Amino acid sequence: MYAQMVKSTGKGVQALEDMSPQDRAFQERIDRGEKIEPKDWMPDAYRKNLIRQIGQHAHSEIVGQLPEGNWITRAPTLERKANLLAKVQDEAGHGLYLYCAAETLGVSRDELFEMLHCGKMKYSSIFNYPTLTWADMGAVGWLVDGAAIMNQVPLQRTSYGPYARAMVRICKEESFHQRQGYHIMIKMAKEGTADQKRMAQDAFNRFWYPALMMFGPSDKDSVHSAQSMAWKIKMNTNDELRQKFVDETVPQAKFLSLTVPDERLMFNEETGHYDYSEPDWNEFMDVISGNGPCNTDRLEARKKAWREGSWVREGMMAHADKKAQCKIAAE
Amino acid sequence: MTKSKEWPLWEVFIRGQHGMSHRHVGSLHAVDAEHAIKNARDVYTRRNEGVSIWVVEAENISASSPSDKGPLYEPARDKVYRHPTFYDLPEEAGNM
Amino acid sequence: MSEQTNHLFEFLLRQGDNALVLGHRTSQWCGVGPALEEDIALANTALDLIGQTQLWLGYAAEVEGNNRSANDLAFLRDAYDFRNILMMEVPNEDFGRTLMRQFMFDTYQVPWLTELQNSSNERVAAIAAKSVKEARYHLERSRETVIALGDGTEESNSRMQNALDYLWPYCGEIFGADEVDHAMSEQGVAPVPSTLKGTWRACVERALSEAFLVIPNSEFAHSGGRTGFRHTEHLGHMLATMQTLQRSYPGAEW
Repeated sequence: MYAQMVKSTGKGVQALEDMSPQDRAFQERIDRGEKIEPKDWMPDAYRKNLIRQIGQHAHSEIVGQLPEGNWITRAPTLERKANLLAKVQDEAGHGLYLYCAAETLGVSRDELFEMLHCGKMKYSSIFNYPTLTWADMGAVGWLVDGAAIMNQVPLQRTSYGPYARAMVRICKEESFHQRQGYHIMIKMAKEGTADQKRMAQDAFNRFWYPALMMFGPSDKDSVHSAQSMAWKIKMNTNDELRQKFVDETVPQAKFLSLTVPDERLMFNEETGHYDYSEPDWNEFMDVISGNGPCNTDRLEARKKAWREGSWVREGMMAHADKKAQCKIAAE
Repeated sequence: MTKSKEWPLWEVFIRGQHGMSHRHVGSLHAVDAEHAIKNARDVYTRRNEGVSIWVVEAENISASSPSDKGPLYEPARDKVYRHPTFYDLPEEAGNM
Repeated sequence: MSEQTNHLFEFLLRQGDNALVLGHRTSQWCGVGPALEEDIALANTALDLIGQTQLWLGYAAEVEGNNRSANDLAFLRDAYDFRNILMMEVPNEDFGRTLMRQFMFDTYQVPWLTELQNSSNERVAAIAAKSVKEARYHLERSRETVIALGDGTEESNSRMQNALDYLWPYCGEIFGADEVDHAMSEQGVAPVPSTLKGTWRACVERALSEAFLVIPNSEFAHSGGRTGFRHTEHLGHMLATMQTLQRSYPGAEW
């Protein structure tokens, strides 16, 4: 998901009886559903994993501003412009909440930014795809936010208190995002002109598989995933969520009279789920390792914003320091 | 590149419309208290959430340490007589 | 359209186009601001301005009585029909210029909208009453930021001075006193903008001296935006971007 491919530092899940007393007490707290709070003792690996996961989640939010930000100046009506701007602004807010949650684990926001900029930390693969037409604003809201919500709703129950609380706020605010996207799709795919219908199908074709990739590769055999689930920082397997997403999205696509770009897609009466084709995992690995269509541009845009903002951050800080000095001098 | 000084972290408390106490809503970065209040207004009241904002620099918060959890909170746990449900009243007494 | 309606229509376009063009420029910061907090704050300003645009242009369309909507006015007029002051359309350049422009505009908008609340035209008064609250907050924020960055570091001071030097010749256009302005004043719709120049200048001077910034020693003022006679080259590019969908797919609904 927004934290796909977070490599756990643990060596698989230990049985309770093999744990040190401290580790065991910690695991038992999690099993009882207690929240872990910043000052509580926690295993190093738990802390490290969380920093990576929350950091990656936060980076995804702010890099995720870029593909949609690409259309703010071209939104077709004043209403759409305001909706889209409010949504992309929310993403900045969500990034902010998540960075703050990560900071409670002893890493600063600037440090996290640096790790993003130098490529040491990743963000979700989905934001390395371009947004080419206005229909992409529909597809992104509907599919990308739809996939994100699927992951974020269960994370409200995650074991780390500040992360869970950030997710509660985020989920509450996100409720309009997917609807906003689907609404754009209705206008174009269902009620639109031939051109608009074509744009809608084209956007759907381009975003369907990248959206499926958002859940990450199958994690049947992953020890990392098992550890994260034991710690309740990951609540469902990638495959569970992907299936849920397909099951919910296919009828929505039908309502829009859009064709899912998967010839093998079929409802399986036996399982009660849709059978679908796996995305191209080679493409996924390419995108993750830096060769997606927009990786370079996205990262460059973030670095440029950070670089060009430095005089502002420094200037404002310097002014506040001077003011504080004057105050001390006056006392 | 020389590392510049990071904006300090602030904790934000907001009192909503309904006369409840200020509640912790999250954190943000700002250069000073005034800036923190403005940022809080922009970040945490985008949906009309609040009518009053408090901010306090995170490093100025004194917190109880988690290992004190027992001594601090457990003594209150057995004082059930502080809770209204402790007192069984006959139904005839009505709502109280 | 009678002459009287025409004047009111022009007046409303001036209000609406200022909000539209500045809102558009401000929205360009979304996702690339200097800090997350500032990014979010700028988006709030842009959202306020888009909201004001809808009100002003919506009313303008009604007054015109030509079956056009606020969206038609925003997305289907060409540059020569825009009535915003030139300062709104010049590029953002950097955060310094963006905030300096916002400050110059806000310092005018607050007393201006305060006056408009007493307009003889109820609709104008209502739009002003809603907008002035937003403008007051924008001013608080832009004023503080201009002072902070003017005072801050050597670099931030010099960037703010550059911004001021660049924008200064565009400020004078705010204080017009043409036929439309006088007509509005006679009908009690709005004061003549030039009457607010003193108030504006005093507020600007106070803030800029706190910011250690020097006002250029020139009274020269560009003009041509609020009459539509001669916009800058920048507006055409801005509209080409902003209007692309409405222009490319005539009649489509979004």
